[in-house]
Amino acid sequence: MTELRHRGAKDTDPTLQPSEDKGSDSELKVEKDGASDGESKVDTVPKVPVCADDTPVVLNKALSGLSSRWRNWWVRGILTLAMISFFFIIIYLGPMVLMMIVLCVQIKCFQEIITIGYNVYHSYHLPWFRTLSWYFLLCVNYFFYGETVTDYFFTLVQREEPLRILSKYHRFISFALYLTGFCMFVLSLVKKHYRLQFYMFGWTHVTLLIVVTQSHLIIHNLFEGMIWFIVPISCVICNDIMAYMFGFFFGRTPLIKLSPKKTWEGFIGGLFSTIVFGIMLSYVMAGWRYFVCPVEFNNDSNSFQVDCEPSELFQLQDYILPAMLQSFTGWTTVRLYPFQIHSIALSSFASIMGPFGGFFASGFKRAFKIKDFANTIPGHGGIMDRFDCQYLMATFVNVYIASFIRGPHPSRVILQLLALRIDQQLHIFNSLKAHLTEKGLLPVLEEAAA
Amino acid sequence: MTELRKRGGGGGDPDSTENISDKEADGDDRLGLQCDTEGECDGDSKADTPDVPLSTADTDNTPQYLNKALAGLPPRWKNYWIRGVLSLAMISGFFLIIYMGPVALILIVMTVQIKCFQEIITIGYRVYHSYELPWFRTLSWYFLICVNYFFYGETVADYFGALVQREEPLQFLARYHRFISFALYLAGFCMFVLSLVKKHYRLQFYMFAWTHVTLLIVVTQSHLVIQNLFEGKIWFIVPISIVICNDIMAYLFGFFFGRTPLIKLSPKKTWEGFIGGYFATVVFGFILAHLLSQFQYFVCPVGFNSETNGFTVECEPSDIFVMQEYTLPAVLQNALSWKTVNMYPFQIHSIFLSSFGSLIGPFGGFFASGFKRAFKIKDFANTIPGHGGIMDRFDCQYLMATFTHVYIASFIRGPNPSKVLQQLLMLQPVQQLGIYHTLHSHLRERGMLPSAAAAQAE
Repeated sequence: MTELRHRGAKDTDPTLQPSEDKGSDSELKVEKDGASDGESKVDTVPKVPVCADDTPVVLNKALSGLSSRWRNWWVRGILTLAMISFFFIIIYLGPMVLMMIVLCVQIKCFQEIITIGYNVYHSYHLPWFRTLSWYFLLCVNYFFYGETVTDYFFTLVQREEPLRILSKYHRFISFALYLTGFCMFVLSLVKKHYRLQFYMFGWTHVTLLIVVTQSHLIIHNLFEGMIWFIVPISCVICNDIMAYMFGFFFGRTPLIKLSPKKTWEGFIGGLFSTIVFGIMLSYVMAGWRYFVCPVEFNNDSNSFQVDCEPSELFQLQDYILPAMLQSFTGWTTVRLYPFQIHSIALSSFASIMGPFGGFFASGFKRAFKIKDFANTIPGHGGIMDRFDCQYLMATFVNVYIASFIRGPHPSRVILQLLALRIDQQLHIFNSLKAHLTEKGLLPVLEEAAA
Repeated sequence: MTELRKRGGGGGDPDSTENISDKEADGDDRLGLQCDTEGECDGDSKADTPDVPLSTADTDNTPQYLNKALAGLPPRWKNYWIRGVLSLAMISGFFLIIYMGPVALILIVMTVQIKCFQEIITIGYRVYHSYELPWFRTLSWYFLICVNYFFYGETVADYFGALVQREEPLQFLARYHRFISFALYLAGFCMFVLSLVKKHYRLQFYMFAWTHVTLLIVVTQSHLVIQNLFEGKIWFIVPISIVICNDIMAYLFGFFFGRTPLIKLSPKKTWEGFIGGYFATVVFGFILAHLLSQFQYFVCPVGFNSETNGFTVECEPSDIFVMQEYTLPAVLQNALSWKTVNMYPFQIHSIFLSSFGSLIGPFGGFFASGFKRAFKIKDFANTIPGHGGIMDRFDCQYLMATFTHVYIASFIRGPNPSKVLQQLLMLQPVQQLGIYHTLHSHLRERGMLPSAAAAQAE
């Protein structure tokens, strides 16, 4: 039971003390093989400080009166609130700031994972390697951001001549940049360190694959509408907190050997409460255009705007309840946003699959015998510790949107259209005209008027 | 000098080559116990020159009849002949599959891809002694199937659009393709997490990463090869031939004129071979491009004909495959006393392809050499007698395939019109209207839409 309730807090059971101290005060990398003491902080309360060393002096002073267990609890709590407030602030600040924040988080995660690789392989002294890792990060980011910019800032790009050339030959330029890095890697191979160098090369690429591609999926989700950014992240955070709470109060049956403190009660309780939370949050947010509209770039004002006619997803509709629920609640119909039904799918994924991302990260930390990815956030560990569950979620949301919600982006289609040959354009034009006329969107007269 | 001319074959320096060939022949152990220093195996890996009769440790795999036929020759000559025979066999095989058509080509590419994947994964198993890891082989192959499903699905949806629209289950699969692929991948991911065993965490993560990097390299690029193929068989044949030619030419030039070593990683490469190979390959590519551009069979994009349910390669050749007159620059005019020359524009593109294949392609070979030294193996596998594994033959091709694809996307073709139409039809009607108007004014500007014709076109 002590294991299951380890996360310090409400009850002042002295028997908890030793494990609590072990868990919180040791910011050192744990040396035990395969089973770190306590649990990696991935699983529960999202924004809790981890390293006593890094705790700012001000907090230390303020909490100097409390016993160390309580102090850690307070530090974690305060940092949690700080992170959540920060989240609200950046939402308020708008899409541009959000993109910058995502970029910063991505760079920090990359740096954390690469540093672990360096530590594991003692490869700080490898020639060129740090430079090359950062260079590859830059290349891949250039490639992805270039594609994003071309898609969403289409008119801006067409206007400026250098941007237009960069966008036309974008893939070629990105590939050339990557190749340069590849050749540098080959030229930097040193006889004694071949294997290490290949390991670091592989490590860098897998990290890029995980971290960079998914941060760009987050940005794509963001451009779809801020609600697609906020709701998934909130669901994951909520699931963490709720699973912890349920586990704390009702936890009995362990869930998986990899994370001994997870319990089935926490898991299931977290699932249901996250679904409820998701439904409520969607209801609140779907009413505001700021969250619901795709982020567009307005060429005239050279800024982002979020103004539009909300799509059908975000308009209240009447749903007839199934007979069972009708007799139960006494309502015949209920008014919902269709988005709320999608949110059930999102919440379910966050609760059921999201933790696998956390298990993956736990396994990774045990494999490499580290306690946390880094010491960035006092009480919580590194940025990666906080974002490990988010990665799968971001990919899922992106795939979900692409499969069930929207079609391709119109500006990209225009781009492609304009790149075709004239006769192909004419052919498509005629097909489109026939199609639209069929649908009744193009009155016959319009041809003469146009 | 012996190092630089080591590659057995024509040169008559029996003593030195004999010594080295004995050393290599003794090293039957694939895991390179013959390497004495960290990371440096004796001699050079076979990655560098494909057709050189490297005196190998492959005598195990040589088929019986070849052994009998060559029983009379000394081992050096025997290896030379084996490599030569196998080279010819491979090149003939290449011609045969080109003749057989696109479906055969796709199947061959897929087979090669699977074999390369298997070779690299087997190396990983050996390096990490991880044969006994639970589930791991299953998971590696499962991930291979998932990623292939994803890529082939996208290809099929693109190129077989009409067929897909016809069949109901295919339509469903195409519509939710990404979601289904992602779900399959996730299932594999969850299985991996559930299969983590306490003692083997690190090994399992290593193998997971190894699998993913291999997938990244092998599978994505084999799909780029197929995309190139659909663009026109010439975009498949010319790059591959260029790489093969560069290997052979660089070897020959290095053999006859080689003096200055090129890179420490591959001691037998020489600058003379490199530069000679470069020029020879450019000329070869030029000539080959001229030869192939005349035939519609090679030049036309591969289309799928829904009525006949077969592939068709008939079209109006695009501009780059139509002979044009080019005015020579004054310098060349004086040299050759021709004013203009008739060339296919594709031949100019072939110069770029050849340059890349000769200058950057070898880096793929160096990468594979370094990889083999890092893991102390002589060859990726023993699949081809005299040459090693499939991966040994294809290591330089990978970069080339990616380059060709990027080259086509950037400089040659625009997007596929049927695909664009497909996307158009998937948009919201409001967006379609917007695009309609944009396109209308655009075509109007270009004079493609006289107002009379517009009314008529209805």
